[in-house]
Amino acid sequence: MAAVGNWAAKALFGGHPVALLFLVVGPLVTAAAALGAALAVKTWRGWGRFLYRHGGKVLLSAVVGTCIAVWLTALLFGWVTTDLVARADDPSRTSWFGAPLTVTELTGSLPMLPGWVAVLLWPLQFAIVRDLIGLGALLGFFNLIPMYTIWWERKVAGRIQSRLGPMRVGGWHGWSQSIADGIKLILKEDLIPAQADGPLFRAAPYFAVIPAALAFLALPFGATYVFRDLDVGLVFVLGVLGIEVVGVIMAGWASNNKWSVYGAMREACQMVSYEIPMGMALLVPVSAVGTLNLVKIGEAQAGGWFDWLAFQNPFIFVAFVCYYIASLASCKRAPFDLPEAESELVAGFHTEYSGLRWSFFFFAEYAAMFVVSGLAVILFLGGWQSPLPSAWGDSWGDGILAQGLKGILFSGPIWFVLKCVFFLYVQLWLRWTLPRIRIDQVLYGCVQVMLPMTMILLLGNALWVWASTSERGSWKVIEQITNWILGLIGATFALGFVVIAAYGFYHRRRLVGNLVQDAMAGA
Amino acid sequence: MTIGLNHYLIVAAGLFCMGLFTMMTKRNAIGILLGVELVLNAAAINFVAFDRYLGPGRVDGAINALFIIVLAAAEAAIAVGICINLYKNLATVDVDQATSLQG
Amino acid sequence: MGLIGSAASGDVTMPVDERTGVMNAAASGGWLEAVLFYTVAGMTLVSGLGVCVSRNIVRMAVWLFVALGSVSMMYFLLAANFLGAIQLIVYAGGTLVLLIFGVMLTSKSPWARFDVGKIELLAAAVVSGVLLGCLGAVITATRWHGVEGMVPGSSVADIGRRLLTEYLVPFEVAGVVLMVVMVGAAHLARQEK
Repeated sequence: MAAVGNWAAKALFGGHPVALLFLVVGPLVTAAAALGAALAVKTWRGWGRFLYRHGGKVLLSAVVGTCIAVWLTALLFGWVTTDLVARADDPSRTSWFGAPLTVTELTGSLPMLPGWVAVLLWPLQFAIVRDLIGLGALLGFFNLIPMYTIWWERKVAGRIQSRLGPMRVGGWHGWSQSIADGIKLILKEDLIPAQADGPLFRAAPYFAVIPAALAFLALPFGATYVFRDLDVGLVFVLGVLGIEVVGVIMAGWASNNKWSVYGAMREACQMVSYEIPMGMALLVPVSAVGTLNLVKIGEAQAGGWFDWLAFQNPFIFVAFVCYYIASLASCKRAPFDLPEAESELVAGFHTEYSGLRWSFFFFAEYAAMFVVSGLAVILFLGGWQSPLPSAWGDSWGDGILAQGLKGILFSGPIWFVLKCVFFLYVQLWLRWTLPRIRIDQVLYGCVQVMLPMTMILLLGNALWVWASTSERGSWKVIEQITNWILGLIGATFALGFVVIAAYGFYHRRRLVGNLVQDAMAGA
Repeated sequence: MTIGLNHYLIVAAGLFCMGLFTMMTKRNAIGILLGVELVLNAAAINFVAFDRYLGPGRVDGAINALFIIVLAAAEAAIAVGICINLYKNLATVDVDQATSLQG
Repeated sequence: MGLIGSAASGDVTMPVDERTGVMNAAASGGWLEAVLFYTVAGMTLVSGLGVCVSRNIVRMAVWLFVALGSVSMMYFLLAANFLGAIQLIVYAGGTLVLLIFGVMLTSKSPWARFDVGKIELLAAAVVSGVLLGCLGAVITATRWHGVEGMVPGSSVADIGRRLLTEYLVPFEVAGVVLMVVMVGAAHLARQEK
């Protein structure tokens, strides 16, 4: 089996492992999956009813399954790089295409597993293959986040407005509404205004979406769950998010529509102006930790609730609030959503866009929302660390199960995603609660309020950090007391939110109202 | 084929000449500015390429490129201000029409 | 690790910067580095050509955006990660937006075109071509003693330290220049009452 694998790889293309993955394995697996899905849909008539009744459970199991799959893939990659490759007998001798181990050697070093496993594992030795798999996972995540955030936004908007939001599509609370919307948008007619600048009009959505996707390259979900641990990760993410402006301006200009141009100009103004307080507020925790590396910043906050950066320093605490508000403006979210002010400008810069092109702008927006929430979480709120003190798990040892448990309880990607999701929720909540701000008020807020405030925060934080380098005992006491006070304030907000949310959930039928209660069961 | 210093320098030279061509042939004042940006970028690529190939681990080239970026931004700001004033006074940004100082 | 990472290099060991303990290295002559370089260089030159050849000012600005993005990628290839990110933030996300604002505030219609005479185009092409030829000849004829292969890249800490010690005066002067430019540009573009 191993020999066949060797021969096939060499004979089929005389080239690279990437070719193997792309030309042979990839299409075969995709074709098999598509065929299987098509057969299932065609032959089993009951899938519609099944999904309707058990849609929620399908969704939940898909989410849990994906989490477990990601964890196992990370373990696999880690094992391949450390154990397999490092155990190669002679690291300087490389077999074809530069692989340290041939399939035969792999089979030899894994005697308990059948030969076909070695054939599958062989391409994983190449960093580029692992990179491509990681990129696939990132792209999948990047596509799913906007879909489910849009569904959730509609539910949140509904509840805030005393109605239910999507309830029918797919069954449980309309969980597949976004999928249905996506299919509808893909099938729509591709309309391009006659006087519009054709190539620019077509290219603009891609200029908006690509930066939002690029930002995920440097965003760490966990200490080892990062595609590229860039030493300048924070600057890279900020730079890439700033490029979205160009796509929006292009869209507005190329539509040859004055409402689009107004929306585009306002948006460019707003986004570019708010990049300054955003960047300066982000510099506050960076100067407290001393590195731009996002993974190191996350690791510097290990230890539990009181070790998070937002609670170290009143300046960082206020900087967190400043950053969050500036990031709302940078994502064109309410109360700063003039660029898409539906009641004023038809639809702002994407007025003339329909179908899939329109959805690209929304993918960009919601993915950017996730990324800025991610930055807030990593820089201020501990990243992937949980609020539980990690000292509790020190005595559990190092086995796979212990590591998994520690990942769930103390420090792991699941906490990062949960915290990001919470901040996404706050963004959704603010959108449907606060009224919109005028463009001159937006710019006033930026230049005359946030900019001086962030400058003062930067200066204050610099002085605080300088004072901390002195080893005076009295200063240490002040630091500790401030840490506790800020931590308690933060905990009060968090617990208060949990209590109020629980109250709302418990009384949700009463809050939604009689009409809805009578009309829909399971509201 | 190993990528050497020559490759980067030739790319930078190409970009420089294209910027020069743009500066020479555009009548739109902002178009000339875009040419200037190309030229500045070409120079910065040169700095960083020399940094990497002739002095591994040194950052002098990167710092110079940093200053180029900063000053290019400053110069673009002022130049756009000038173009806006040109537009206010002449109702066009065609530099061929800005001839009132021509002797 | 540098953005290209170990995928571009042939071996598994990477140089570690002793002072900061960070792995950042330029790629060594793997096939991936060549592919990436030719792709990025191609993008840079094609978008530069787009800037030259476009006759619509807005399209020129878009081509310039692509050129700036490609130059940023080139910085990442040269292991100057910080510079690449700064290029994206300042140049592509700041200067270019400023230029686009300039374009939109001064253009009368989306399709306005200013054409130049054929003689001028020819003369400019000849001059640029000759310059390119001379530069190319000089570059290929010089022996550079360049260091190829795996080299450590620049680190942010190093840049920061040098900016505040060796390059302190230019740093402060750049700050003053930016302040003067801010005031000057605000004055230049003011509304006449």
